[in-house]
Amino acid sequence: MASVLSALNVTKQFGGLTAVNSLNIEIVENSISSVIGPNGAGKTTFFNCITGFYKPEFGEIIFKGNRIDGLRPDQVTQMGISRTYQNIRLFANLTALENIMVGYDPHLKTGWLDAVLRTRRYHEDEKAAHDEAIKLLRFVGLAGSGDQIARNLPYGAQRRLEIARALASKPALLLLDEPTAGMNPNETGEMMHFIRDLRDSLGITILLIEHDMRLVMGISEQITVLDFGEKIAEGGPKEIQSNPRVIEAYLGRGAATEGMATSENKSG
Amino acid sequence: MSTQNRFNWQKAIQLGGIAGLIGVLIALVGMVESFDHRDIVAGAISMGWTMLLLTVLVAAYFSASHQPSKSFSLVASGITGFIFSLVMSLLAFLIENLDLRQILVNASPNLLKILTLENGIPNGLISLIVISTIFGILGGALYILPAKIRKAISLGLGMVAFLGLMEDIIQVTIASTGSGNSAIGWMFGRGTQSGLSIIGAIVVFGVVIGGNLLWGTNAPKINAQVSKMPPNRQRSLRILGYGLILLVVLYLPVVLGLYLTEVVNVTGLFILMGLGLNIVVGFAGLLDLGYVAFYAIGAYTVGVLTSLSGQLSTAFEWNFWWALPVSIFICVMAGVVLGIPVLNMRGDYLAIVTLGFGEIIRILALSDFLKPHIGGSQGIVNIPPPDFLGVLLNKPQTLYYLIVAGCILALFVSQRLRDSRLGRSWKAMREDEDVAQAMGINLVATKLLAFATGAAFSGLSGTILAVKLGTIYPHSFALLISINVLSLIIVGGMGSIPGVFIGGLLLAGMPELLREFAEYRLLIYGALLVVMMQVRPEGFWPEETHKREFHEDAPDVTPVQEAA
Amino acid sequence: MQSLKRFSWTDIFMWIVGATLLLLIVIGSTLTLQQGKYTTVQWFDLAVFGLAQGSVYALIALGYTLVYGILRMINFAHSEIFMSGAYLGYFVATSMQRNGFLQENPLLGIVLIFLTAMTTSAILAVILERIAYRPLRGAPRLVPLITAIGASFFLQYTFRGLFGTQNRAYPEIDYIRGAIPLFGDFQIQKIQLVVIIAAAVMMASLAFFVQYTKTGKAMRAVSEDKNVAALMGIDVDKIIVRTFVLGASLAGAAGVLYCFMFRIVTFYMGFIPGLKAFTAAVLGGIGNPPGAMLGGLFLGIFESLGPTLFLDGLGIPAPYQLKDVIAFTMLVMILIFRPTGILGERLSKTKA
Repeated sequence: MASVLSALNVTKQFGGLTAVNSLNIEIVENSISSVIGPNGAGKTTFFNCITGFYKPEFGEIIFKGNRIDGLRPDQVTQMGISRTYQNIRLFANLTALENIMVGYDPHLKTGWLDAVLRTRRYHEDEKAAHDEAIKLLRFVGLAGSGDQIARNLPYGAQRRLEIARALASKPALLLLDEPTAGMNPNETGEMMHFIRDLRDSLGITILLIEHDMRLVMGISEQITVLDFGEKIAEGGPKEIQSNPRVIEAYLGRGAATEGMATSENKSG
Repeated sequence: MSTQNRFNWQKAIQLGGIAGLIGVLIALVGMVESFDHRDIVAGAISMGWTMLLLTVLVAAYFSASHQPSKSFSLVASGITGFIFSLVMSLLAFLIENLDLRQILVNASPNLLKILTLENGIPNGLISLIVISTIFGILGGALYILPAKIRKAISLGLGMVAFLGLMEDIIQVTIASTGSGNSAIGWMFGRGTQSGLSIIGAIVVFGVVIGGNLLWGTNAPKINAQVSKMPPNRQRSLRILGYGLILLVVLYLPVVLGLYLTEVVNVTGLFILMGLGLNIVVGFAGLLDLGYVAFYAIGAYTVGVLTSLSGQLSTAFEWNFWWALPVSIFICVMAGVVLGIPVLNMRGDYLAIVTLGFGEIIRILALSDFLKPHIGGSQGIVNIPPPDFLGVLLNKPQTLYYLIVAGCILALFVSQRLRDSRLGRSWKAMREDEDVAQAMGINLVATKLLAFATGAAFSGLSGTILAVKLGTIYPHSFALLISINVLSLIIVGGMGSIPGVFIGGLLLAGMPELLREFAEYRLLIYGALLVVMMQVRPEGFWPEETHKREFHEDAPDVTPVQEAA
Repeated sequence: MQSLKRFSWTDIFMWIVGATLLLLIVIGSTLTLQQGKYTTVQWFDLAVFGLAQGSVYALIALGYTLVYGILRMINFAHSEIFMSGAYLGYFVATSMQRNGFLQENPLLGIVLIFLTAMTTSAILAVILERIAYRPLRGAPRLVPLITAIGASFFLQYTFRGLFGTQNRAYPEIDYIRGAIPLFGDFQIQKIQLVVIIAAAVMMASLAFFVQYTKTGKAMRAVSEDKNVAALMGIDVDKIIVRTFVLGASLAGAAGVLYCFMFRIVTFYMGFIPGLKAFTAAVLGGIGNPPGAMLGGLFLGIFESLGPTLFLDGLGIPAPYQLKDVIAFTMLVMILIFRPTGILGERLSKTKA
């Protein structure tokens, strides 16, 4: 039960607003964990702190024994964390294949001169990136769509492509920000299998933000509940479902969980 | 598109009015008058009138597209043309009766003469109205015709206009090769007349339409034949093609003669800069408006290092070939140094700050502060031409090869960078900077490499400019150069390498050939940028996408497509 | 070591550049003041001139800031809107000068010049918004920006074509000529006083307008969140047009004031003041009207005193030639070290 990521007392403020308040989270290696919570609870802000997009004011984030808070996003990715976005953010005018190849960039060493002179390193790098991209296209079920421009792909395919792009950096920890937003129950079910498969076949630790309670309860081994930037509960699906504070946080606002699953656009 | 089957009066009149205002603007900024000296078809139609009639044609075309039926379309386009002519008549009337020249410098009696076809008011106005209405109806007719024929006719008209414009150049070129005028002399106007002859215009028009329609029916077959060939034959065909192009490029200055080679050289320098800016703006999405700074730095470095004038504080008097790499190195460094402050700036801010950089460099070059070192407002004189294996590169025809070599080098480098990890990183950054960084791309290195490469190309261009002119002044490095280069890559297609060449030929080559245009260069560029962004933001030759997924997966896909 | 790693070499480079510039400013100023080449009266004249110039910058800067606040785009063509007002104002001024109207009714004449200029600028801005900018809402950021750059050059060279290339001398209005003596050797040019007061009055009325009128409130709502404002029943398009009109009228008025001061009209007269005004808007925090006013005044004085104060002592010949360099350098430095400007939120970096 080694922990791969731990957040200690992480606090992130915007002006006077505290988006994340001394948060402590441990993510166990090779697990599937979820962060849930109502709108604006600070879930995405927490993701942004992990990936280096925000620098937390207080606290430490430790990944595989190294402090990563305060590093730049590209440095964090190089260390083995990658992510997807709530509102799909592909490189819209690049092909699917190119999108994945960009994701593989941390493993490439081609420099300016290599590229101009087409040295052996260039050829090796290009082949490796291309092979990896083809492999991942197949893995996410997009074989044959590699030459399509990303923005022309159907919605579900874009979601899967975004995951493929994140996988290309060969991360040890994958952060998925609402991977099933905008999907119907059927697609959500498929995504659930797919995420479990990711962990089982690639051995990647997965942390997700999700609103679809069926998915969360069906897949997570550990759930953290945030409200107003603070952790209000933590534990397995059973414990969370029966936790009075969680029920209050959700129902106290008069919103059913199902409703939130589709309506949330912004958090953090 | 009205849902009812009623005649759309409003659109027809509105478009006529708009066309009229555009016509008035074209006339009052002086284009009609200054382009009137150049005939497209000798004795029949001048360039100035062509611009007015083109306005009618386009407006009438759109007017026709708003009508529910074909006959309505013809009527509406006629009305649009008629309204246009009314507005123009009003202008003519005002010029005749009021003294507008105090304010509007181009509202001259000469303009009135042109507008009224030298027949004066009212007779001339009647001709104006009749001609405009006829052209309006023609515009409508163009809309009604099937797309294929419309395309052929537009191409034919375009070709007539092009050859008519280029008449003097074509004549001079042919005369210089000594093959005599008689063979194609009938195509062009006689004596002092410019443009095509009437017969010439008809023949060109007919040939282009015929050729276009023939090609349209046969091209698929030819393409199919080529793609049926075995891969190695295809490759040798392609190599043959490249070889032919290279041969033409190398032989070009011999055919073109002094003047045209000079035009090509100027175009080449702009293309060289365009290839550099294409990396910065087209690939990496960093809108740099101070690009001229590197052009200036390149030119000044070579100027300082090689000038023989002895007026500067330090006389290096180096050989050009030693100064060249130093100059490019300094430009690369400048690219990095000016790149660092803007690393965290985006879009609008980047544009304004780089614009500021361009101005800072120009002002510094002009200032008394640096005058002892770089000449101040008097610039640097006496920059010797380079010597290449004993040949002095001091004529357009010899400098041409230096410029071509520069362009080929830049083309080669940008193509190879585009197809590498770096090119992908640039494009990813252009699409979404935050995500690119989250995918592990080091933004600092990637951006600085883009700035540095762009600066190197621009610097190379400036270096060549310095030895080409032999003298450099701060005034040669105005903001307008940056805008010119930016326009050419936008018109060609941002991120598209062939687009840079197309844009360069259109926006740097054409104005050099048509001197009357020079005056209106920026006016036209400005309008072109606005229109392009609305109608065709991807440019005339859009960036191509790379098909790189191998066909090994094809069998999974094709049966489905065939079934569908 | 850990903390050192957090600063990239580029940051360190910029800190060194910033520190060097600051050091140069301090040394230069000290040396200049020690040499005592300039009298207090001279410094006072420079400062008043800077204040007048800064008032003009502030008026133009308001146009940038208002449009930026509402559309999140820099209206590059704003400098040409400024120029157009000045131009048309010039024609009215010369014709009134010629028939003696301006000499007989100077106040009415000046009001007419202002009205012409402000109307011209406003009309042009409305046309520009309608034709060039409106169809591009929601397009990628680079697209409206390039359009604006294109529009700027189109307008500049259209004016050149319409009205000719020559520099035209603005008529001198006797009513606002001469100087008012203050105490001792100090005096103040009437024109500068007029410029400062007129600008102050206009800025005050703008502040009132934005704060208390219905349109002003709607403008603030739209700049906060377009979609929500639309849901609240605000006609966003109409508000955007009004914002353009407001900004353009101020620019037109600024054009007239600029001409009063410098007495020359050209087709390219908008470029440099436009760039300066943009700097002023950034300095004050773009999107923030009070910031733009403050930024304008500050830049005007800085630019007027700066070259002499900072550079003269360092022995640099003809320091006034470098005043634009000083202004642009300041723009860059602000964007790097305090992108929020004096007042205002950080907008140069978009949030995810």
